[in-house]
Amino acid sequence: MNNAALTDLIIKMADDELIQGHRNSEWTGLGPVMEEDIAFSSMAQDKIGHAWALYRILHENLGGQDPDHFAFIRKEKAFKCSHLVEMPNGSYDFSLMRHFLFDHAETVRYESLRESSFEPFQQLSRKFKGELKYHTLHANAFIMQLSQANEESYARMQSALNDTIALAAGIFEPSAEYEEELMVAGVYPGEAALYHRWLDRIYPVLVKASLNLPEMSTVTPVYGGRKGFHTAYLEPLLKEMGEVFNLDTEANW
Amino acid sequence: MSNDSLDPRVNRLKLGDAGAVIKVEEGENWNVYEVFHQEKRGAHHEHVGCVHAPDPQLALVFAKEQFARRKKCVNLWVVRSADILAFDAEDEDMFENNLEKNYRDASGFKVMEKINKFKQSK
Repeated sequence: MNNAALTDLIIKMADDELIQGHRNSEWTGLGPVMEEDIAFSSMAQDKIGHAWALYRILHENLGGQDPDHFAFIRKEKAFKCSHLVEMPNGSYDFSLMRHFLFDHAETVRYESLRESSFEPFQQLSRKFKGELKYHTLHANAFIMQLSQANEESYARMQSALNDTIALAAGIFEPSAEYEEELMVAGVYPGEAALYHRWLDRIYPVLVKASLNLPEMSTVTPVYGGRKGFHTAYLEPLLKEMGEVFNLDTEANW
Repeated sequence: MSNDSLDPRVNRLKLGDAGAVIKVEEGENWNVYEVFHQEKRGAHHEHVGCVHAPDPQLALVFAKEQFARRKKCVNLWVVRSADILAFDAEDEDMFENNLEKNYRDASGFKVMEKINKFKQSK
């Protein structure tokens, strides 16, 4: 088992968590009601916690850099997050739909790692289980609530779904170089398998909410992020996220 | 009178239009839910505060982050505040004489002597 393949997978997972966590934290203080502001901010922190745990595995098990340096001073090209998480928050319908689609994808991924041949993944899978259960409970409850509230909210949730689905499918961008090797070694089941598990998870919730999942064979997933090609939105985000750290990268906190 | 409240629930109701009949749409009227926290299995659920929510499911979702983020917790209850029946404040006089009824306390019975005697006889 080659470390390059594992490293590649961990960076993709961790960068998704970090950027999604940062985006969600941008809602802090601006949430629609105080209770939701607190819940959404708290989940954003969980995401950043997930990223940190993954960067630590890179650092401690695979000879990677210190997590803070790795997170805050990497060049944009070296990030491997999906385009979904880079998108600006827009309005709450988009942010909620992204949260729903992303967190179910995250859940099927970490569930699959329970049986991983890479032991640190098994630990993470157990550790994140309860948090992810809450995140998807929260997402499902909001999808149900807003799709049933009134015509406007239903229309907005449906259009958010239509606008987000191709981006979300891009989470599962395959890696020609490493994926086969990781699957053979029993590290994880591969992107295609996770993609189908994800669809099985989101479909019943959408049906219950009377939202129409676009015909997936007509949807072209938005790929590129995993290879370092990003939207114009990532660079400014990284600049802002690393602003304090970069004032003095050797400071002790 | 204009209403400058930042609370979206207030603004949505457009309380500023004096004299206009206010019609509250279904789902627009968020309820207050009381939250009860259980520290370990089998323990009592204890009242810890309240949350605003449109339905019981979201009340639970909010209560979890609001009241069970750090402290140990194994379960939560939520109940709509309006569903709780309580006495009126003016009925407080019903409880006035409680402290004078110490003759009802079980503390006056001296039984240890009898118990010890019984144990010895065994």
